[in-house]
Amino acid sequence: MSSVQHQVQKKGSLMEEILDSREISVQKCYQCGKCSAGCPVAEDMDYPPSVIMRMVQTEDKAMEEAALRSMTIWLCVTCETCAARCPMEIDIPGVMDYLRQRSYEKGMANPKANHIISFHKAFLDSIDYTGRLYELGLIVDYKMRSFQLQQDVDLAPGMIARGKLGFFPELIKGRKNMTDIFRKTLHKKGGLK
Amino acid sequence: MKLGYYPGCSLKGGSREYKESVVAVCRKFDIHLVEVPDWNCCGATAAHNMNKELSLALPARILAQAESAGLDEIVVPCAACYNRLKVTQHEMAHQPELAEKVKAILGMEYKGSTSILNIIQLIEKYILPNLDDHYYRPFNYKAACYYGCLLVRPHSILQFDRAEDPQTMDEAIRKIGGTPVDWEFKVECCGAGMSVSRTDLVAKLTGKVVENALYRKAEVIIVACPMCHSNLDMRRPDVNKYLGVETTIPVLYITQAIGLAVGIDEKTLGLQRHFVPVHLPERNEIVDMPAELVTTQGKEE
Repeated sequence: MSSVQHQVQKKGSLMEEILDSREISVQKCYQCGKCSAGCPVAEDMDYPPSVIMRMVQTEDKAMEEAALRSMTIWLCVTCETCAARCPMEIDIPGVMDYLRQRSYEKGMANPKANHIISFHKAFLDSIDYTGRLYELGLIVDYKMRSFQLQQDVDLAPGMIARGKLGFFPELIKGRKNMTDIFRKTLHKKGGLK
Repeated sequence: MKLGYYPGCSLKGGSREYKESVVAVCRKFDIHLVEVPDWNCCGATAAHNMNKELSLALPARILAQAESAGLDEIVVPCAACYNRLKVTQHEMAHQPELAEKVKAILGMEYKGSTSILNIIQLIEKYILPNLDDHYYRPFNYKAACYYGCLLVRPHSILQFDRAEDPQTMDEAIRKIGGTPVDWEFKVECCGAGMSVSRTDLVAKLTGKVVENALYRKAEVIIVACPMCHSNLDMRRPDVNKYLGVETTIPVLYITQAIGLAVGIDEKTLGLQRHFVPVHLPERNEIVDMPAELVTTQGKEE
């Protein structure tokens, strides 16, 4: 019995980064396609999830960039269906989370994902300021960022009539604590790996 | 008895009828809900989409607050919050290095010892065993129990029910006199966080859920998640536009269905707050699926 000693050279690839920082092995994917078959949004994606997995596996810079610039990573709704059905039990939504974060940090996010990202940012800002989500503030903030000024205005009267739209945010006492958490994570200089 | 309680933002805002029905049912069964003091938002989809550490630190703060208040067991009615809290607890327990990093960000003591219940687990543990004491009338309807994603996935972490064909909510409906329908979309995704930024996508995903519930002759859809509810209920005009049919099937929270069965009045349960009016048909009357949908489903079969 002899074991072959590989000289493991770090390539600085996305696949390595995902393994090191998230403990998810993209290498284990053998392209069965179950994730793409079960994905509820696959038909709206530019690459189905299994193709994104393959692109990451290639460790090719152009392929990696295409994955980071894809619309797929932003359309993923993290429903976890792929992970539930993956025969290799790969945390595919975790891969998507990683790619999204990298894509955003590198300024590579697909321009068509602007509305989705605006919404996430408006959502997180609301929590950063008050500690809790302030729905009316979120919608106004999102509209300003995305210029979707007319969207859902017809919903407002119905929400007010049903007592579903609060006009004042709830402020928690630990707001300093919240600001600290945001300062050490999302708003950290240089971004996070 | 006393039980810790994390309402989350949705229950304080757009899904206040969920909170109202949870509180009303708990009161009926002598469960005193104690809110986690000075709780914050769990970060939901936005946090884990944008930043991993943030998505763990926000739920960790909630759990730390619960610990400091001596709440060993908390119920988290919102499926999304439940999911984030459970995933955080799991990752903190299984990845020590990451846990240290998050604790440093948090700046608070965190043990991770809190037991976290979703609403179905609360119902199984504390409501159903005592149902006979308060049973008032059967919830005699054909119900499509819709679990969605976040209650059952990822199964390896949540360890709740079955990932593909869960049964716990169906069982609860059966116990209160209802008839759960066997249907294909009980764990499909409604589109959740895309409700505002990609309403078109939500209309399609939620549309398929509504369509299949009607195809299986359900009279009511039962949910346990504020996002499922708002997409099925508030987004119904978009859904109907996608389907090309005026569907009117009401969407009730599981706690509203139980509330009706134990004789709590509709207003206390917040039924009037739904966008799709809740006019449950006379008993034994089954609503037929609109003819247009029968044809589209027939083609697929």
